[in-house]
Amino acid sequence: MSEITLRVNGETHTLDVDPSTPLLYVLRNDLGLRGPRFGCGLSQCGTCTVLMNGAAVRSCSRPVSRAQGTEITTLEGLSAGGELDPVQQAWIDEQVPQCGYCQNGQILTARALLDDNPSPTDAEIREGMNRVLCRCMTYYRIQAAVKRAAVAMADGEVEL
Amino acid sequence: MSGGQQLPAEVDRALAPWDGTSSRRDFLKTSGLFVLGFTGLGAAGLRRGAPGDGTGEPPLYPDPDFLQLDSWLVVHEDGTATFYVGKTDGGQGTGTATRQIMCDELDIAYDMATLVMGRTDKTVDQGGSGGSDAIERDAMVARRVAAEGRRVLLEMASERWGVPVGALDVSDGVISVRDDPARTVTYGELVGGRRFDIALTGNNVNATTGVASVKPVQDLKLVGQSIPRYDIPGKVDGSLEWAVDVTLPGMVHARNVRPPFVGATLVGVDESSVSGLPGFIRVVSRGNYVAVVCEREEQAIEAADRLVAQWEKPVAAPFPRSEDLFDYMRSSDPVAAPGGGRPPPRPVGDPEAALAGAATVLEAAYDVPFQGHTAIGPAHALADPSDGQMTIYTNDMKPYSHRTGIAEFLDMPPDRVRVIWMEGPQLYGRTAADDAGFEAAYLAKELGRPVRMQWSRHEETAWDTKGPAFAFDLRGGLDSEGNLVALDYRARIANYAHVGYNQARTVLIAQLMGLRPERPSPGGGRGPDDMYHIPNRRQETLPVRFAQAFETPLRTGNLRDPNGPQTTFAGESFIDELAAAAGADPVEFRLRLLRGSTDDDEAHRRARSIAVVEAAAEAYGWDPRPSPKPMAGGRILTGRGIAYAYRARTTVATIAEVEVDRDTGRVWVRRMVCGHDCGLVINPDGLESTVQGNLLHGISRTLHEEVQFDGERVTSVDWRTHPTITHTDCPEYIDVVIVNGDPNPDRPDLLPYGAGEPSHRTVPAAIANAIHDATGVRMRRLPLRPERVLAELAGASSFDRDSANPIGSLRDKLKVRGDIMSTGVRWNATD
Repeated sequence: MSEITLRVNGETHTLDVDPSTPLLYVLRNDLGLRGPRFGCGLSQCGTCTVLMNGAAVRSCSRPVSRAQGTEITTLEGLSAGGELDPVQQAWIDEQVPQCGYCQNGQILTARALLDDNPSPTDAEIREGMNRVLCRCMTYYRIQAAVKRAAVAMADGEVEL
Repeated sequence: MSGGQQLPAEVDRALAPWDGTSSRRDFLKTSGLFVLGFTGLGAAGLRRGAPGDGTGEPPLYPDPDFLQLDSWLVVHEDGTATFYVGKTDGGQGTGTATRQIMCDELDIAYDMATLVMGRTDKTVDQGGSGGSDAIERDAMVARRVAAEGRRVLLEMASERWGVPVGALDVSDGVISVRDDPARTVTYGELVGGRRFDIALTGNNVNATTGVASVKPVQDLKLVGQSIPRYDIPGKVDGSLEWAVDVTLPGMVHARNVRPPFVGATLVGVDESSVSGLPGFIRVVSRGNYVAVVCEREEQAIEAADRLVAQWEKPVAAPFPRSEDLFDYMRSSDPVAAPGGGRPPPRPVGDPEAALAGAATVLEAAYDVPFQGHTAIGPAHALADPSDGQMTIYTNDMKPYSHRTGIAEFLDMPPDRVRVIWMEGPQLYGRTAADDAGFEAAYLAKELGRPVRMQWSRHEETAWDTKGPAFAFDLRGGLDSEGNLVALDYRARIANYAHVGYNQARTVLIAQLMGLRPERPSPGGGRGPDDMYHIPNRRQETLPVRFAQAFETPLRTGNLRDPNGPQTTFAGESFIDELAAAAGADPVEFRLRLLRGSTDDDEAHRRARSIAVVEAAAEAYGWDPRPSPKPMAGGRILTGRGIAYAYRARTTVATIAEVEVDRDTGRVWVRRMVCGHDCGLVINPDGLESTVQGNLLHGISRTLHEEVQFDGERVTSVDWRTHPTITHTDCPEYIDVVIVNGDPNPDRPDLLPYGAGEPSHRTVPAAIANAIHDATGVRMRRLPLRPERVLAELAGASSFDRDSANPIGSLRDKLKVRGDIMSTGVRWNATD
């Protein structure tokens, strides 16, 4: 065990955990955050995704020691101000989730994708989202929602 | 069910004045879907002293009585209502749809109601989910009950005012006098906070009814609307509490340690290999079941990884290697299914004589491997053993059998066990026998502490229940005019020990502990479900067994639309081969078979089959011509294929348009059109989403999914070795065409039929038929991975990159006797 300091959703936490512990378990079990979920532990599916300094990162394979000094945002943090992120709103408008278990990773990956590329082509959406798996197969609606979010943000309907 | 007056404990607590232990406010706080807070609840807040069952000990968790209106429906003083149904929603929106129907019949605004699902102590036993029956059967019970609630409330108002019911109106929970609209009373004022005390009738829960009639379909206002799903906001902003999220004070974490070789016997466990690890609590083993328990989750993962155990390999290989599977299935002796599954249909006519007399006979063999559920989240559950009871927090889709199964497994009275269903990663049959709940409960009882069980990815992909492998051999005969006169269908199914629903003796932990059913339960199977008129027809499906019947990761269970994709792949691929041999357009050939008879059934399946085939063809813009199409040059070949089937009372026709990359063998399904008739549609957007999921799941099983194994273990254990569809596989266009092919489409008693699974079965054949249309090559073994497609393209002797000869290719791949028909009958779209 050793002292670890994390910045998560704008708050600072100091914890006494084994530094090799995957970030996922610290977020879920120590900080009580439910957005990131366990899917594979192998960085293959994306269910555990968090944003780290704005980039989509798989928390199941990232030791908590290597998350120090970064700004971590989880799904909960995306709408921290009580207002939904345009990506989340697009997910509701398109009625995307079925079971919803993977949608944390889909939403956060889409958020990072749109930060990098605010007006992606269809092919760029497919490629950018490709490593996030969904076994209810909501891909069709996810891609529509990414497009909708991009348009909403471009139209200035929402303040980022 | 004793026929007593047992209500959900929370209803009792809210409505019964003699119980002063909690306030109505508490009830409301715990009855809404999004405000359920389990953390720290444990069993401490439970009320004891419910009516006894005669054994002395009062039942702690009595079964809600389905013959009491109060078990289904509570109206609160503020006019809001809570509905209780014994179902679970896997994300297809059955909760929202059920709430729509109940609100419609009760005459209350959608936003004034909430719906509670799948808690064995709160909701009547409707079995949970399965069989695509949530709307077709169970929501219709809920509909009748809600109609009864409306009737009783109108009677109350009538009595209060001395005005006949016929002179009253009701809208959005407010009753008024038609001739004196100022006189109003709300549902809340009439019964809010009190019991209805109305008995219902019915021999079983599915027959439950009051005396009220349901409304004619034309009078339903919420039914037919795409009301947004109530569960989606919480799934998008992270606020929903899932079964994976529940924590309890004193909770510890467990991981399983599986045998390294299938059928291995545990010889010894060296606890000292892990006892010094931080947070270590215990190793629990019995028979061949082994688990480790630690304080923290990452500690349990490490301990499971490090535990040293000695295993003895079995003498015989448990099963053949996956590359030998189909040879094994065809060459081994089948076992008769002792009552398992439905009997095959009786032969029609004389298939052998008709084949002997046919002008053209085709034979073809099709193979479908084992496929896994491979849920996006591995199995998990939390069990709380406090105070001599057991509460399991789970995403098991059948919480009622989970409860009785665990009670039997732990030798506990069922009324001391409750199961709380919460949202989880999909269902599709995997959680009809949710192993993790049994394991968590067993370990919790052993340790006397709440235990959370979580499977790993490798464990889930290797050891989840499997959809069975099939080996098919079909023969068909055409007469000299290209009519299908005989069809012989023989299937072998690797489905010898099918696990039941949460059975105490077939869940994995029980098998590993050496508990066994008296005999295996082979899953039967019928042939493909179609309404084709074929004068001579025979269908036979026989199970085959492996050396290892139990304690095996090739244990079979229900996988979405059980057997449907496999049998329809064989059936509808072969129909396509016959159409090609007859030189007929594939749509025309099917319509001819559907119109070969005018006999129909109570669900008008023939008329509705014709309707979906025509609707799909029209929406796609189907250009009638035989397949394959004249071969194009270039790297990318395109083609289209159709497949049709029914499942129960729902009819489906799916057209796939594919691109085949000749250089890489990659198949991309660029467009799908699905004609879908499931009768009355409750929520069109929810239906469309469900069908989209079915189609894409079908693409995944067609193109990617296969369980692989050597002679010792399953070797496909993660997303690389058991791949699934990804974003780049997703079609560019998916058109779901909702069809109402009922001969009287406006009838007031139009029924809804199941929609959760039927469209899934049409996908593999539609894609394989489209590949044939594009390339002239017939793919008869799933999945259609690029290397297999490339090999088939290369192996078609007549296949030439610049000028493939489709007829030659067809001759090569089929054992053809007689002439291939070239006098194709053109399909007339308006026929």
